[in-house]
Amino acid sequence: MSLWGWVLLACAAAYATKIIGYLVPASWLSHPLVPRISAALTVALLAALVAMNTFSGEGGVSFDARLGALTAAAVALLLRAPFIVVVIAGAAAAAGLRLLGVP
Amino acid sequence: MSKTTRRTASSRASQRFTPAVKMGASVSAAVALFGISFGALAVAAGLSVWQTVALSALMFTGGSQFAFIGVLASGGAPAAATAGATLLSVRNSIYAVQLKALLNPTGVKKYVAAQVTIDESMAVSTAQQDPDEQHRGFWVTGIGVYLGWNLATLIGAVLGDFIAEPEALGLDGAVVAAFLGLLWPRLRGREPWALAVVAALVTVLTTPAVPAGIPILIAAAVAVVWSLASQKPKQSKNPEVSRS
Repeated sequence: MSLWGWVLLACAAAYATKIIGYLVPASWLSHPLVPRISAALTVALLAALVAMNTFSGEGGVSFDARLGALTAAAVALLLRAPFIVVVIAGAAAAAGLRLLGVP
Repeated sequence: MSKTTRRTASSRASQRFTPAVKMGASVSAAVALFGISFGALAVAAGLSVWQTVALSALMFTGGSQFAFIGVLASGGAPAAATAGATLLSVRNSIYAVQLKALLNPTGVKKYVAAQVTIDESMAVSTAQQDPDEQHRGFWVTGIGVYLGWNLATLIGAVLGDFIAEPEALGLDGAVVAAFLGLLWPRLRGREPWALAVVAALVTVLTTPAVPAGIPILIAAAVAVVWSLASQKPKQSKNPEVSRS
């Protein structure tokens, strides 16, 4: 399937996750495990995405300027910076470290 | 103009700018800024401008959109990107159940409400006490974020098209920061922190062994096992002890 196909499939799947909550009777999703799994999925997936985008490299794990981006973003978040500032801090740290010769 | 009509006009005007409407508008403005970075990063990850625009218009759930491009950017297959994005959108099902109970949209409105059921519209709506305010909060935030996010995505994607070397600008660092920023507000308490650390470790440890993008799905499996394992026992013999 082309990339366009996957984009549209992913969009349809996301809409399905939203509309299902309006269409099925509330009792179907009222089991206490449902919100538990949903919350855990969100935390685990976002943590995994942080790790993957920080460390993934050709042929496995690599340590490079992105580790600096992670640190800068964490500092910005600890200082309660707004989201956009956090993103800019991450980009600036990675770009700055590369200027200094870090891979 | 008589006194009474003036009073009605002013009360109508004040009704237009209720706390829920103001909150929704400010959330929309903040999210729009963030949409610019999504647009630029999606193009840097290898999507065309129109594919990027399609993600914001049709998928319209920021975390999943970032997951989709994040998996592609690190060399993962589109199938893994789709699976990761869909799993990250499961929380929207829970929001939908809550919003259905709160607002009960019917007919066509239900299908529109579903599309704008996201973190922000859910948060602003449920923060209100008055039912009218809950409605206004949901719709103003949902539609406001939709318009702002899509316009910003288009601007970001067009700008991103001009960026020749995304790494020199630190755009890969921006993706890392964006995911940490999305995760951060959910790390309240010891349990989510522990789960986040475990999920990150599992991802790093499995990365050299499996195809790119798959560690995300392994982390999702860890989350399900975690929820089942940490379920509170149904009946405790000593409630005084178990409460602590």
